[in-house]
Amino acid sequence: MIEVKDLHKKYGDVIAIEKITLSVKKGELFGLIGPDGAGKTTLMRILMSLLLPDTGSAIMNGLNVVTDYKKVRLITGYMPGRFSLYPDLTVEENLKFFATVFGTTIEENYHLIKDIYQQIEPFKTRRAGKLSGGMKQKLALSCALIHKPEILILDEPTTGVDAVSRKEFWEMLKRLKEMGITILVSTPYMDEASLCDRIALIQQGRLMDVATPHTMINSFAEDLWAVRTPKIYDTSKFLELLPSILSVNSFGQVLHLVTKKGVHTSDSIQQFLSSQGELEIAVEPAVATIEDVFILLMNHHKPKQ
Amino acid sequence: MNRFLAFLRKEFLHIFRDPRTLVILFGIPIAQLLLFGFVLTNEVRNVNIAIVDHSKDHLSIRLTDRILSSGFFKLAAIPSSESDYEGLFRSSKVKEIIVFEPNFADKLMKEGKAGIQVIADASEPNAAQLIVNYTTAIANNFMRDEFVKDQKQPGINIKVRMLFNENMRDAYNFIPGLIAVILMLVSAMMTAITITREKESGTMEILLASPLKPIQIILGKVVPYMILSIVNALVVLLLGYFVFSVPIIGSLALLLGEILLFIFLALSLGILISTFVNNQVTALAMSGFVLMLPSILLSGFIFPVKNMPVPLQIISNLIPPRWFIEINRTVMLKGGGLAEIWPNTLILLGMSAIFIIISIRKFKIRLQ
Repeated sequence: MIEVKDLHKKYGDVIAIEKITLSVKKGELFGLIGPDGAGKTTLMRILMSLLLPDTGSAIMNGLNVVTDYKKVRLITGYMPGRFSLYPDLTVEENLKFFATVFGTTIEENYHLIKDIYQQIEPFKTRRAGKLSGGMKQKLALSCALIHKPEILILDEPTTGVDAVSRKEFWEMLKRLKEMGITILVSTPYMDEASLCDRIALIQQGRLMDVATPHTMINSFAEDLWAVRTPKIYDTSKFLELLPSILSVNSFGQVLHLVTKKGVHTSDSIQQFLSSQGELEIAVEPAVATIEDVFILLMNHHKPKQ
Repeated sequence: MNRFLAFLRKEFLHIFRDPRTLVILFGIPIAQLLLFGFVLTNEVRNVNIAIVDHSKDHLSIRLTDRILSSGFFKLAAIPSSESDYEGLFRSSKVKEIIVFEPNFADKLMKEGKAGIQVIADASEPNAAQLIVNYTTAIANNFMRDEFVKDQKQPGINIKVRMLFNENMRDAYNFIPGLIAVILMLVSAMMTAITITREKESGTMEILLASPLKPIQIILGKVVPYMILSIVNALVVLLLGYFVFSVPIIGSLALLLGEILLFIFLALSLGILISTFVNNQVTALAMSGFVLMLPSILLSGFIFPVKNMPVPLQIISNLIPPRWFIEINRTVMLKGGGLAEIWPNTLILLGMSAIFIIISIRKFKIRLQ
């Protein structure tokens, strides 16, 4: 459905995305995972025909985004990273405007947005600028969906939205996927990655890995330990001295320590720490998350500076 | 077509829901009209003066009556001695003091001349000049009326006629100019701001990603302001005609046609500005300083182009209102037709064409 090949884009001297090759299947919920500035928005804007790539090609449902951009714009629904509706128009006026612009009516495609729109319909006479963050996202999604697009491109739809609304939002995406819509969604939240069918990890304009979240976690080839300590900062400083360490990062109240496969046991790490005077510390093997995979890959792909 | 109508509807909603836009659209034109019409007037009316009559004879009293009944002056003080003069001026109680010398009538009858001293407050030089001119004119008229009929007086008798504006009415000057300034404001500035607003709020990204054609977006932005501009122009014309009695001697159809042409020009200028800037503040500053100030100062609206230093005269040629104001004056006040204003019309057409061509070339169907 989406075929990206060797896509390259520079802003002046800054490389935004570099040789990205990617393929999204029809009806897939595909996640672009990466920190801010990784190039997610640039990639999406190229797909939406809003930016021209320097080199490489992108085909959406058989349509080239550079030459067939008018048709591409008809079959895609787009939600930019920023809330981009008219704050001075009401909920209903916004939706109606976008329906008409795309040559349809709210009634015609109401079934598509029903689940989402019903939640904000009680506020349909309210100005969009006065909605809460979660409701704004629902309205924006409704507007992006109203013309029954085949492909939905969502740029960080859950950024700045509360946890409950985020969860609801992903459930909506799942239902849309079941209706056969191909969805490309970007997020900086690693925990949302596991909700996608497949994900691409992107960092500094380059794709580091593309796989299902499950495969990605299983492919974690090193040893991972969860280290519980009352003094996170001090302990992580000591751990950096541990032989065969690959990385140590804090995950909330826990440290995630990655070491070379088969070198350490939890006892050997504990011993190392007590020899440094760190005593009240629990070390146990942990199951990798997408974030662990990301950090490991990031260290592999360290840019040459 | 439905798309376009939906866009228009949206634009009108934006306009009528934003108090600031409404103020600029309707408040500023009315305020300008009132300012120029009633406050910033160059006309002499009810100026406070003082009269010191050292002779109090029949001629000095009749001349005093003549001055005070002219409607230009109002007696505000009768100072008893010369030492009061300065205080009167300093406290701004009077703008002018007229002093008749003793034995005014006697001298006039016997020697054929007598003196009146006119002292004016020249801290406002233009006003002082005007006041003195008016006073002199009244005195001269008085002399002519009193003496010419019964004795031949040598000398040149100058009769001045101010053509096209016999009474030197200010409104004749500002209404044609004000139309230009208001249209510049409403059409160019508001168009520039409304397009940059879409860019700033990120909605342009969605509009571009939609099947709307660039021409639909631009027209959708422009048509509402075009309608409002026409309304504004008509209001100014009507107010000018009914409130300030500014006539439209020439063809009304021609005038309206030229106004439409100027609106078109201003709108294309607004679109052009919006293709260069990305946020509303810059758009406002650009329109304010690049459009409004020259439109007011260099267009001949307030200061005649011919009185400007040569470099400014050259610059003023680049300012569209300069040509439009000339058209307005010619058609409204002189009753001129296309025969007189075709060069100006051509210049305006040419400018619009240039603006539109550049805008179309610069309008981006993409974000970059």
